[in-house]
Amino acid sequence: MKITLLTLGLAVLIASCGPTKTEEKAETKAEPIAKVEKTAAVEEQNGNALTPVLDAYLAVKDALVNDNQEGAAKAGGTLATALGSLDLSTFDSDKQAELKEIVEVAKNHGEHISESEIAHQREHFEALSKDIKDLAGIVGTDRTLYHQYCPMYNGNKGGMWLSANEEVRNPLFGSSMLKCGKVEEVIKL
Amino acid sequence: MLKKALLIILIVGAGIQFIPVPINQSDEILKTDFFQIVEASLNIQQVVKASCYDCHSNNTNYPWYGRVRPFAWFLQKHIREGKEDLNFSDFQDYSGRMKREKIRSMISQVRDGEMPLQEYLWMHPEAKLSEKETEQLIQFFENLNTQ
Repeated sequence: MKITLLTLGLAVLIASCGPTKTEEKAETKAEPIAKVEKTAAVEEQNGNALTPVLDAYLAVKDALVNDNQEGAAKAGGTLATALGSLDLSTFDSDKQAELKEIVEVAKNHGEHISESEIAHQREHFEALSKDIKDLAGIVGTDRTLYHQYCPMYNGNKGGMWLSANEEVRNPLFGSSMLKCGKVEEVIKL
Repeated sequence: MLKKALLIILIVGAGIQFIPVPINQSDEILKTDFFQIVEASLNIQQVVKASCYDCHSNNTNYPWYGRVRPFAWFLQKHIREGKEDLNFSDFQDYSGRMKREKIRSMISQVRDGEMPLQEYLWMHPEAKLSEKETEQLIQFFENLNTQ
């Protein structure tokens, strides 16, 4: 009898250690952060709604320029949160569908950057840069952005990113090719 | 003492077989399935189905131990996580931008040998992509993204 009870107890214990528990944990964890960001976004309304997104994106870029995986991961998480709290209802209704698509994909990139090793972070960052550029194209930017391009990235297929400085500091290669790249386009206020 | 320990292991082993695990299987081919919306040669379809669909679709071809706990739990976890990142059965439900992103990611993971997962290949050597298959797949995905 004792043994069967023990077995049952063990079985229940193992079952309760399943994936659902960690999911719940993640959810409760994410909520307070989202709330904080939301109030920040409301205060921001007079300025530009994209400010927290661009701040976080550029923080990812700077971390990658410095070969800083940890910093990029942290900023990637911030970026995902900032994108999640963008209030799309304030934009033109005909733009909302496209904005929703961009935000969804960009958020996905931010999440991946928050949990990957650096080569993978750079891949997601390169793809993310196009989304952020499209986003800024629709919403408008709060600062001058430089679309920069390095033709050597990805086996000479090339790769782009955005910077707030004209001077090239390459986030796709970091210190191994810090100055590879040129300004392709200037995105003004 | 040893006998008792063995007995406990046996009873626990039998006991856990009664804990339900969801089955990822469906006969229905959804209209949203990847190969319902893209044109692909039979060869490509076979390769993708054999090497990717077990964890990235609504229809897993389970191995014989696939329903035996605790192995079933590991499989279930892999399938759940795999489908979260990419589900070929629901491909049409992704937005255009997301489709391109998924395909970009497929190219990168196949090219870098990250997919199919090493652990998966231990038990499914037939799912390993040959050099030629890798090349064909990448070509196929790249064509989709330039269309």
